[in-house]
Amino acid sequence: MNPKGIHIENLSKRFGEGDTAVLALKEVNMQVAPGEVVGLIGPSGSGKSTLLKCLGAVIDPTSGRMVLSDTVIYDNGWKVRDLRALRRDKIGFVFQAPYLIPFLNALDNVALPPMLAGIANDQARQRALELLTALDVQHRAEAMPSQLSGGEQQRVAIARGLINRPPVILADEPTAPLDSERAMAVIHILNNMARRFQTAVIVVTHDEKIIPTFKRIYHIRDGITHEERGEGHGFD
Amino acid sequence: MISLAGRDILHAWGKFIFTGIGLGLLIGVTLTMAGLYRGMVEDGKVLLDNSGADLWVVQKDTLGPYAEPSSVPDDLWRSIRTMPGVAQAANVTYLTMQVGKENEDIRAMVVGITAGDSGAPGWPPHLVAGRQITRGHYEAVADIATGFDLGDVLNIRRNRYTVVGLTRRTVSSSGDPMVFIPLKDAQEAQFLKDNDAILMQRRRTRANPVFNRPGVRGLLDAVTGSQIENRSVNAILVRIRPEFTPQEVAEPIQRWKRLTVYDRAAMEKILIGKLIATSARQIGMFLVILALVSAAIVAFIIYTLTMDKIREIAVLKLIGTRNRTIAGMILQQALVLGVIGFVVGKITATFAAPHFPKYVLLVPLDSVMGLFAVLVICVLSSIVAIRMALRVDPAEAIG
Repeated sequence: MNPKGIHIENLSKRFGEGDTAVLALKEVNMQVAPGEVVGLIGPSGSGKSTLLKCLGAVIDPTSGRMVLSDTVIYDNGWKVRDLRALRRDKIGFVFQAPYLIPFLNALDNVALPPMLAGIANDQARQRALELLTALDVQHRAEAMPSQLSGGEQQRVAIARGLINRPPVILADEPTAPLDSERAMAVIHILNNMARRFQTAVIVVTHDEKIIPTFKRIYHIRDGITHEERGEGHGFD
Repeated sequence: MISLAGRDILHAWGKFIFTGIGLGLLIGVTLTMAGLYRGMVEDGKVLLDNSGADLWVVQKDTLGPYAEPSSVPDDLWRSIRTMPGVAQAANVTYLTMQVGKENEDIRAMVVGITAGDSGAPGWPPHLVAGRQITRGHYEAVADIATGFDLGDVLNIRRNRYTVVGLTRRTVSSSGDPMVFIPLKDAQEAQFLKDNDAILMQRRRTRANPVFNRPGVRGLLDAVTGSQIENRSVNAILVRIRPEFTPQEVAEPIQRWKRLTVYDRAAMEKILIGKLIATSARQIGMFLVILALVSAAIVAFIIYTLTMDKIREIAVLKLIGTRNRTIAGMILQQALVLGVIGFVVGKITATFAAPHFPKYVLLVPLDSVMGLFAVLVICVLSSIVAIRMALRVDPAEAIG
C-alpha cells in the first residue's frame, strides 16, 4: 500500500556522463506525513536544491521512487504524463523571495493557480480570499506586490502555494529575508496550514532560528540524507 | 482566466504608451509614404481627367506629351478634326517652368490652350472663381495652389499675364500646379528665343553664303523669318464621338498621319508605369526599410519586456502555466503595441498629410493593409521573445 504525504525511496540524481559525472543525490530516502512539517538542512552544495527540484518535478531524477499522496509519480521514470499539471495540482511552492507576479494584485496572485486549472475566476478569487483571511492579509487583497511589506508578501506567497490544496508544499528558505519575529510567524503559519489542510511540508533552510521548531529534520550531506528527531514542538 | 497580457500592460502602461507613440510616428511616416505614392498616381489621373481628351496625338514614336518631349505642327489639328470619329481636336502645349510672382517665382506647369474655344480639350474643366480665358493674349487661369488670386499679375518669360480665373486640383504628374494661358503665348514661352539669341542667329544666317545669296532676293528674309516663327505644339487632344471606340479613331490617324496616338489606358500606363515608376520604386524601398525598422523596434521592445519578466515566467511555469498561455501573453502584448502604434501613426499621418507640399492621398484600403502588415510584423517580431520565454526553465524560480 502506498502511504499518504510524500514518500521517497532510493532517489538519486546524476549530472553529466562518464568521467565528468557528478552524483548529486545518492539514494535519498525521505517520508513526510500529511500535516507534518519537516526541515531539510545541509551545507551549500550538499544537494538540497537538487532534491527540491526532483521533488518539484522540475528536473528528472536518475533513479528511485517517489510516491505522492498514494500515487506513484516516479519509479525509475516519471509515471505521470503531464508534469506541469502535477506541479499545478499536487505541489505547492514557497520560495526564498516571494516571487509574486508584479502585475497582479495579492488576490489574483493567490487565485492564479486555480484559474490556470480551469476554475472560474470568481470561485478562484473566493478561495483566495478565504486563504488570505486565514493568513490575516485579507485587508491587503487589492494591493499590488510592490505595496506589500516583506512579511505580507511571504504570506501571500504561502497562500498561493496552498490554494490548490496540494498534498505537499516545498518551501525553499522561506524565512531567509525575514527578521526573527516574522520568520517565526511564517513557520507558525506553515505549521497551522499543514495541519489544517493535511499537507506535507518540506522546509529547506539554513536559518538557525527556525531549525529548533522542527519535530523531524533531514540532514543532507554529499547527496545522502540522515534523519534525526528535532527538538521542536511543531507549534502544537 | 484573467488576461495576463492585459494586466501587465495596465501595470506598465507608461512604457507601452510611450513605446507605442514612438512606433506610431514610424508607422505614420510609413502611411504618409504610401499616401505620397497614391497622391502621385492620383495626380497622374487628375492630369488626364482635366485634359478632357479621349486620345493624345503626339510626335511619332515618342511617349509625349507628359513623359517625353513631343512636337507636332500646329496646323495638323485641322486635318485630324476631319478624321472619322473625331468630335473635337485642339492643340495643347505643356511646359513646366518657374512662373514669376512679384519678387519670387513658383514652379508650375504652363498649359497653352486654344483661345476663345471654351470647353475644348485641354481647358480647365471647372473654375472656383473668376472666368475662363476670353482674349487671345495675356490672360491666365491659375490653380489655387499657385497662390495667385484673381487680378494678380504673373510673369512668364518676357510677358505679363493677368489672372482672370482660379481652378483647383489641376496639377502635373509631378504635382506642380497648372497655369493656363492662350496657345500662342505658350508657344512663344516654349519655343521663342530671347532678343540677343535672335540677333546672334540672324547674324550667323547672314554670314552664311548658302542663305545670303546676292542673286536670290528675299531668301535671307525668308530663312530668318522661318527661324523665329514657331509652328509647333506638344500634342493634339482629341475627343471622340460616342459611337466610336478609341481604337477605331486612333488607328487611321496613326496610319495616315504618321503620328503616335495614345488612348486613356495607354496614357495611364505611361504616366504610372514609366513616369512615376522610379519614384514608386524609391517609395517602395523606403516602405520596406521602414517595415524592417518597425519590426526591429517591436522585436527589441518585446524582447526587452520579456527579459524583464524571466523570473516571473519561471514562476508561472513552475506553478503550472501552459506554454501557450505564456506565448499568448507575449503575443498579445506585441499586438497591443502594434495597435497603439497604428492608431498613433494613422492620426499622425491624417494630420500631417495636408501640410506636405505634394499631394498625399490616404486611402482606407492602405490603412487596412497597413494595420494588417503591422499586426503581421508584431506577430513575427514576438517570435524571438516567445522562443526565449518557452526556453525558460521553471527550475530558475527555485534557484
